[in-house]
Amino acid sequence: MELLRFITCGSVDDGKSTLIGRLLYESKLLYTDHLAALEADSKRVGTRGDDLDFALLVDGLAAEREQGITIDVAHRFFATEARRFIVADTPGHEQYTRNMVTGASTADAAVILLDARKGVLAQTRRHAHIVSLLGIRHVALAVNKLDLVGYSKEIFDKICGEFTALGLDFAEVTCVPMSATDGVNVVGRSELTPWYDGKSLLQWLESVEIDEAPDGPSRFLVQWVNRPDADFRGYSGRVLRGTLRKGDPVRVLPGDRESVVDRIVTMDGDLAEAPTGTSVTVVLADEVDVSRGDVLAAAEDPPGTADTFQAHLVWMDESGLLPGRQYLAKIGARTVNVTIEKPLQLNEIAVADVHFDTPVPFETYRTNRDLGSFVVLDRLTNATVGAGMIDCALRRSANVRWQTLTVDKRARAERNGHRPCVVWLTGLSGAGKSTIADLVEKTLHAEGRHTFLLDGDNVRHGLNSDLGFTDADRVENIRRIAEVAALMVQAGLIVLVSFISPFRAERALARDLVEENEFCEVFVDTPLSVAEQRDPKGLYARARRGELANFTGIDSPYEPPENPEIRLDTTALSPEVAAGVVVAKLRALGIC
Amino acid sequence: MNHLDRLEADSIDIFREAVAESERPVLLYSIGKDSSVLLHLARKAFYPSKPPFPLLHVDTTWKFREMIEFRDRTARELGLELIVHRNPECVALGINPFDHGSARHTDLWKTQGLRQALDKHRFDVAFGGARRDEEASRAKERVFSFRTRQHRWDPKNQRPELWRLYNTRVAPGESIRVFPLSNWTELDVWCYVERERIPVVPLYFAKERPVVDRDGALIMVDDDRMPLTEAPRQELVRFRTLGCYPLTGAVRSTARTVPEIIEEMRAATTSERQGRVIDHDQSGSMERKKQEGYF
Repeated sequence: MELLRFITCGSVDDGKSTLIGRLLYESKLLYTDHLAALEADSKRVGTRGDDLDFALLVDGLAAEREQGITIDVAHRFFATEARRFIVADTPGHEQYTRNMVTGASTADAAVILLDARKGVLAQTRRHAHIVSLLGIRHVALAVNKLDLVGYSKEIFDKICGEFTALGLDFAEVTCVPMSATDGVNVVGRSELTPWYDGKSLLQWLESVEIDEAPDGPSRFLVQWVNRPDADFRGYSGRVLRGTLRKGDPVRVLPGDRESVVDRIVTMDGDLAEAPTGTSVTVVLADEVDVSRGDVLAAAEDPPGTADTFQAHLVWMDESGLLPGRQYLAKIGARTVNVTIEKPLQLNEIAVADVHFDTPVPFETYRTNRDLGSFVVLDRLTNATVGAGMIDCALRRSANVRWQTLTVDKRARAERNGHRPCVVWLTGLSGAGKSTIADLVEKTLHAEGRHTFLLDGDNVRHGLNSDLGFTDADRVENIRRIAEVAALMVQAGLIVLVSFISPFRAERALARDLVEENEFCEVFVDTPLSVAEQRDPKGLYARARRGELANFTGIDSPYEPPENPEIRLDTTALSPEVAAGVVVAKLRALGIC
Repeated sequence: MNHLDRLEADSIDIFREAVAESERPVLLYSIGKDSSVLLHLARKAFYPSKPPFPLLHVDTTWKFREMIEFRDRTARELGLELIVHRNPECVALGINPFDHGSARHTDLWKTQGLRQALDKHRFDVAFGGARRDEEASRAKERVFSFRTRQHRWDPKNQRPELWRLYNTRVAPGESIRVFPLSNWTELDVWCYVERERIPVVPLYFAKERPVVDRDGALIMVDDDRMPLTEAPRQELVRFRTLGCYPLTGAVRSTARTVPEIIEEMRAATTSERQGRVIDHDQSGSMERKKQEGYF
């Protein structure tokens, strides 16, 4: 039997949960023990007087029942003679948009509800837009609560007109006049709307077209390298598009390796072919290097590989997106670093330029959802903060080859007689970073080491003179310095960086730009009260007077390092002793 | 692809993602039909390799004897490592449903026992056979469900989960419960058991068994530890779900084969967890138990 996955969405209080409860009830799909629990719950916490409160069937969390709202998406399962259904009931509140997006991402069709008394609201438009963005092409507009406007055809027609006028990219929009509370046009057609000759909602759900995954050249995503013993090496994964056949020549992406499908292995025996959607294990005829995240594609028509894209983004985190900050992106079975060049707030949807640090095989979201979608993860909190859909590649990375250079870092280190590294001093303004950095450099210089000191104030006069002190500018400030420091490490120098650098994420980025043993984070730890007392440049006094905005420690946060290589307590150590600690640590690390 | 093929492919996909991105995965094996299907899918996902993780059974010493036999036979025949954990405090105190009540029994043996076992072996991913159609709070849970260091679930603040892109990142000590059967229904599970000829515990099939009435449920007397005031009577019964025998109600049934079970289920008017005493302790009790670390 066919399976239809659909969502119900729309603004809050438009009756989504009630509709699902009604669908289950009217289709005789409620078990008697569930119905008994519903009757008891309706009396206890329901909002419908003596009647059944169907919303309680899907609003399964205690907090939802308490507040009478839907917070997260609920999945319910039902079947009729015609079809099986998985319905995702999604929240209407704007603050829970990310949960609505979660439900929509796997749906074949959408039922958008609205309240006939209110018509098309901002949240209706927002949900309709997300539905369209995620590529759901079949939509039913359920004009609900029509009982409260006397089943007026005029009102129904007006609302349908308004919705159609939004001009969204759907293959089909079916408008249904409805009352979920009274069960009008939910399962069967009602006599209360004699002027309507279309389908009831359930009739629509039973007949709406289910889009097949677009066919085309084969793409197989490698999830796991399968090596039970020395004799077998297979690639376990999934056919994302097209049909993979034994004997097919395939290209391994990224890269230009080629081979031929030798076997398609499953526990039920080898297959001659594996169609779209199947999970199988592929054995190739040649010993080529294939790892998790690679894509095996039809050799005659492989997908592109790129690292810079234009994408539609949905931001889903309370902390807004900071342009230039490094996040992680999971695309296919691969996780890469990503930066995005547009500030975005919670629930904001926008088109932005996206830079991955590694080229990835991709297709546009329209062509192939699996290779055209990615999620954005925060490097420190591990939260899922955004979702993206690729519109197009902005630059084929094939054109930009990394230049292989003959005189490399190792050659420079040999000549210099010491290894390069970044010594990153972070701490509040007035903590003593510059003083300590200066003393360290003096010592190293006297010993014949090749050094350079990047100082926050000095760099802001030149390279970063265009940047201010907003969070976004601070991120960009540190990003540039991190890149410069990494280049200097390439040049073989010991680079002392003396910057407040208040955010962990950017310091983590700086660390990632060099190799593991080339970064030494020094936390110059001075309590705010002490730094403020010292106030060598009179800045704290000005910040307190309100003359300086976004001052770290006063009205802009400082995130102390969690595991620095060195922590210097400047209330206990003199600058000279502190500098000695740093030099000793560099010796211990084998830098100098 | 038909409906079951699609569910199977999705579940295999989930297994592979979780294993590829975790350090120490484990499969929570509770011996029931869902665990049987889960294990079967795990074997398919990694074939010709064996599933690259052990099975963990959190035992309460009150499971049906046939379940324990089935568990040991399954692990032996498939050559899989089986870890059995019994909460040592419960063993020492002799916690049981008769003297301590179903709520405390379940919390101490199962919830606390599970937390102990996960901590002891530092598992960062635990596969479970829970399905969204079982219960209202399960219907809200993600496929990859994040747990804090204290094993707590925060239902109000779940990670968004889009497409098939699962976020598997955790900090040390945190973990993820992964539910490959999230989108399966009870009927799907039985249809799949039939199609794939998956062995299940014989308690699912109707047979004459010794039962007594307890609080409206039909309880099978599985051993002599059950306090009795009456002689058990023989009735033709079977079980829709399996748990601790004193807390698991039987249903009168004549279904002796999987097709007969499927036929019976199509006509059923009550849900499968109806026989579970522990779910009805309080409204919303599953959510609370889950927040505390229960599966």
